[in-house]
Formats: sequence, C-alpha cells, structure tokens
Amino acid sequence: MGETLIKVEGMSKKFCRSLKKSLWYGMQDMGSELLGKRHGKDGVLREHEFWALKDIDFEVKRGECLGLIGHNGAGKTTLLRMLNGLIKPDQGRIEMHGRVGALIALGAGFNPILTGRENVYVNAAVLGMSKQHVDKKIDEIIDFAEIEDFIDAPVQTYSSGMNVRLGFAVSAILLEPDILFLDEVLAVGDLSFILKCLNAVRELTNNAAVVFVSHNMQQISNFCTRVMVMDHGRVLADNQDPSKGIDKYYGLIKNEQTSLELGKAEVLSVELIVNNRELEDEEPTIPYGAELDFRIRLHIKESSAGANLYVNVMDGARSVVITMPIIDAAGDLNLLPNGIVEIQLSMGAIELAAGKYSLNIALTDSANKEILANDFGLCPFRITAEKVYWSKLVRHVIPKKIDILTQTV
Amino acid sequence: MSKPNITVYTPDSMLANPIVLIKEMIRDLLDSRELAWRLTVRDLSAQYRQSFLGFLWAIIIPLANTLIWVFLSSSGVVNVGDTPLPYPIYVFTGTMLWAILIEALNSPLQMAMASKSMLAKINFPREALLLAGIYKTMFNGLIKVVLVLAALLWMGIYPGWNILLFPVALASLILVGTVIGLMLTPVGLLYTDVGKAIPLLAQFLMYLSPVVFMMPKEGIYSTIFQANPLTALITTARAWLTGLVPELLGNFLIVNAIAVVLLMMFLIVFRLTMPILIERMGN
Repeated sequence: MGETLIKVEGMSKKFCRSLKKSLWYGMQDMGSELLGKRHGKDGVLREHEFWALKDIDFEVKRGECLGLIGHNGAGKTTLLRMLNGLIKPDQGRIEMHGRVGALIALGAGFNPILTGRENVYVNAAVLGMSKQHVDKKIDEIIDFAEIEDFIDAPVQTYSSGMNVRLGFAVSAILLEPDILFLDEVLAVGDLSFILKCLNAVRELTNNAAVVFVSHNMQQISNFCTRVMVMDHGRVLADNQDPSKGIDKYYGLIKNEQTSLELGKAEVLSVELIVNNRELEDEEPTIPYGAELDFRIRLHIKESSAGANLYVNVMDGARSVVITMPIIDAAGDLNLLPNGIVEIQLSMGAIELAAGKYSLNIALTDSANKEILANDFGLCPFRITAEKVYWSKLVRHVIPKKIDILTQTV
Repeated sequence: MSKPNITVYTPDSMLANPIVLIKEMIRDLLDSRELAWRLTVRDLSAQYRQSFLGFLWAIIIPLANTLIWVFLSSSGVVNVGDTPLPYPIYVFTGTMLWAILIEALNSPLQMAMASKSMLAKINFPREALLLAGIYKTMFNGLIKVVLVLAALLWMGIYPGWNILLFPVALASLILVGTVIGLMLTPVGLLYTDVGKAIPLLAQFLMYLSPVVFMMPKEGIYSTIFQANPLTALITTARAWLTGLVPELLGNFLIVNAIAVVLLMMFLIVFRLTMPILIERMGN
C-alpha cells in the first residue's frame, strides 16, 4: 500500500432544510467569504440548519479502495462532493494529493444536437483532457462504447443506454487519476456492459486511492479493501474487514414484523439454534456455513381438519429465498392438530449469501386451504461471509474428480 | 506519475491566502482556454445547426429594432432630435452596438445557469464558462459588424482609417458588458429576480444612452447621458465605425480603465463565491 492521498480531519458540513433561509444564508456566506472571514460561523447552527456531515475523520492510501455505505441521505454523496472540492467544509480540513478523477456525472457537457464524436471532445474537455490526448484515444472510446455505427449521429437519437455507454467510455478510457471517486456508476446499462465496466474500473482502481459509493453489497465486497458505514452524517464504523462493515450496514436496515391478524392461528415464538446453541440476541449474526435450526412454537386455534405449515426465508428486500413446505416421512404435507405445537426444523449448514434475512411463517387449513396465519419479518438474522456473492444461495463445491488432460506452462 | 499537486480545503476564506488565490486563478484561467473553446464550438454549432436562418439571427433582431425606430421617427410619433448621421444609419449602428453590449452583459449569468448541473457535479475551471461566453459574444458581434460595414458602404458612408481603431471599441463594449454581467452573476445564481430584472434594466439603460436618441445638449437629461458610462462607449464605437470624430474619447478611456480594474475584482469575487453558490444550488 502506498502513500496517503486523501486525508480528512474533523470535517463537518451544515445543510439547511428551508430553501428561503438557505438562499439567504448563501448571501451571508458570500459576504463573509469576501470579507475574509471563516466559512460556517465556527460551527454554530443557524435556524433550520442541521449537520449533514459531522466530525468525519479518515485517510485513504494509494492502492486502497474505501467503500462508503449507508442509507439514502446518510451523507455519502455530500462527502464525495466535498472531497471533490465542489463545496466548502464548515469545519475541519480536507487534503488531497494528486490528480482527482470522478466517475460521477457521466457525459457531462453533452449537447443533444451534436454528434457522439463531437460530444466526446466536449466531455473530455470538461474532464480536463486535451484534444491531442482524445485524438489518440478516440477509436478506443468508440470501441468500448460499442456505438461505431452511431458515433456521427446526434446524441439526441441515442437510447439512454447508448448515452451512458459513451459517457462511461470517455471517463474510463481517458482518466488516469491518483484519486478516484465512483458514485453508483455501475447501476445502469445491460449486464454485459456492466461486466465490461467492472473490468475497466478495476484497472483504474489498481494504482489509485478510491472512494466507492454503492448500495450494491456484491460490488462493495468485490472492490473494496475497507468499508465505512455512514448514518445521519456520521461515521458509524470504519472496518478494515469489509464483511464486518457490510454486516453493520445490514444491521441498519430496520426489520418490521407484520402479521395478518386472522385470529385462527398464532406464531408464539421462533428461536434460532446455531451449532446446537440457542441464541438470545435480538438479531444475531451467523457465519456462513453454520448449522442452523429453527424452533417454532405455534398455537393453532381453528382449523377444520388440521393445519399445514410453510416456512419461508426472505431476504432484506422481502423476496423469498427459500420455501420450506413442512412434510412427513411419506412426503405428504404435515398435518398439525389444533392446540399448541412446538416444531424444530433443521436447515443443515446454512448456504445463504451474506445479508439480512427473516422468516415468513404461513399456516393454511389442510381441508379448504384457508389461510389461518401469515406472519412476516419473524426472527431476523444476518449471515456474514468473507465475500458477498451475486446470488442468495452460495454452495462451495469440491469436484468429484479432476483430470488434467493437458497442461500448458 | 504526474506532479504531486496538493489541494487543501478548509473553512477559511480563500482571501486569507491571496498569493495562493491569485496563483490558482491564473493557473485556472490558462487551463480553461481549451475547455472554453470547446464549449464555444459546442454552443455555436448546436445553435446554428438547429436553426434554419442560422447566422442571420445575430442581426435580425437589431434590424427589426432599427426599422421600428425609423418608422417611429419618420411618422413623427417620437422626436429623436438632430443626428449627426442620417437617422437610419444612426439607429442601425446604435442598436447593433447595443446588442453586442447586452449580449456580453447577459452571458456570464446565462452560461452559469445553463451549466448548473455540470457545476454541481464536476470540478472544472469555472472561468471557462466566462471565457466561452466572451468568445460567443465576439463571434456573434463580428457577424453584426460585418453587416453594419456592408450597409454603411452601400449607403456611401466611408469610415476612413479610424476603422482600424474600431476593434478596440468592440473589445471595450464586450469588456464593460462582461463586467456588469459578472457583477450580477453571484446574486443572480441564488435569486432568479436578478435574471428577470436584467432585460428591464437593459431597456432602461438603452434610453439613457445615445442608441436611438440623440444625446441631449442641455438640461438634466444631458447630465444623465454624460454620467452614463455607456454613452462614451456607444458614441466612440459609432464614431470609429462611421468616420465621425469621437467626442468623448477621454471618458471612453476612463470607463475602460475602471472596467479593467472591476473585471479583476469580480473575477476574484466569482471564484470566491462559486463553492458557496454550488452548495446552495443543490444537485
């Protein structure tokens, strides 16, 4: 790891909730700037102001990639704007060493009337690149964007995907930064282009100090050597181990229990048993691969001929990852009688990807299929793993056999 | 790798370190030349490519204004006084020169407004916006001047050797216009009132300058016309264009000297206020 390129010390920033006040404060701030006074009134909050960022301290070295994660409004983009020198800090100090490049506003300066080729030159000039430099790289840019046939057509005839591809290509091919900012840039385009972008970004990040903002934990775990979790303008955690930071972020996602109050059955309790030990924590963190059991206690009040039980595991976005119809040895749905029932399910070694999960438990009447109870968000838990994968189910596979047919050196 | 340039951001006013401020400003002005040129080419080609009449628009509006005033004066609705030139020539040169001045005046705020999203997201030398505005005004101004010259020659008015001085007058029209526009830009970026008031202000100023009226010889209006710095600009530019003797050459020089000083000052103001304005503009 190389020298420190980004250094932020005790940095804070105020924002204003009221537009009218904000404009007026803008006038005041311009006045004090022109009189040579310090910006931000020495940290006093004026009416309607709040701390958008407070007491931020961190450093990023060359070769390091810092992932910034947090909910919307946590201050990630504001922090990037400040590092980029767009707005002044109200307190503290920011020091940047070297050339700064940002993959943020792709295609800045594009004019819809002009052709793709002309816009490449405009965009490059905005990024501070000379015409000679672009002349050398223009073919590479067009190639990367995959729009040879349209490069001399006006940009207003482009699809939004083509627009993004061209904008990305200009930045990715031309920038040679010491410090690189990435803000949700890989969220657009089709899959094959995203993969190509990932490779291009990887190349850019190799020798730079990188700050990477994304809500995609798979990308964060893929790129970042370090993760900073932000919440309400403060740094909640700064982890050298990205998986710990990602787990912290998942912990910020509120779990909400909801239930169809049908009154015909009730989930009394759900307990987690990990590696044969009962867990007491409210939202436990479980390492990938642990032996996982659920102990569920139900009160079935009004089923006509017994109830069938379904247990589903849902991810943080509430989509179902695993469905478990509960069956007997013969393969038929289990018939649970009216009364209080306790049931223990073994999931074996848990193969879920790192993330946040909860249970959905449904009971239906075995005779007329009427829903007796349906509860969401039960027993929230988090899985941590070294790496976050694209899929929700991760199975490490040892091959049955490997034959090396020919070997090249 | 590239030179190890260190950038520091603190809450301190940039005025606290004037040497660094001036150095960075000069560096950015030099760096912004290529970008300014690109932006100029972009805006001009987009403007003309999407228009059927193209370059003609640079002259259509002043031409229409001329016709209106010629009509008003010949029909006796307004009395414009005795002009040293045939009235149509007087008003035609006046409105053309005035149009150049006003375009320069509008340009800083217009360029900054049009680039709001770029300003909010990308760090680039913002002086490029001002420079591009000046380039565009120059280009459109040259079209106007060529047309005026053609019209003058056709009507048998020869400017003489003084025409060689005319580029100085053109430059000072753009200079003074830019300075006034630059003064209005910081507040104009916060409050839209400024942008709305500019056309009103421009119209008002036009009636206090010898654009369509003759300069009054005496009375309160004569004092106002004399005090108006734009008067010297318009009369001098017109004189050099039409072969008259410039009457207010002294004023012309003073106005330009003041404008140069103000330009320096307000370039610094622009630089100092930009981060504050970007913050208040939002994304």
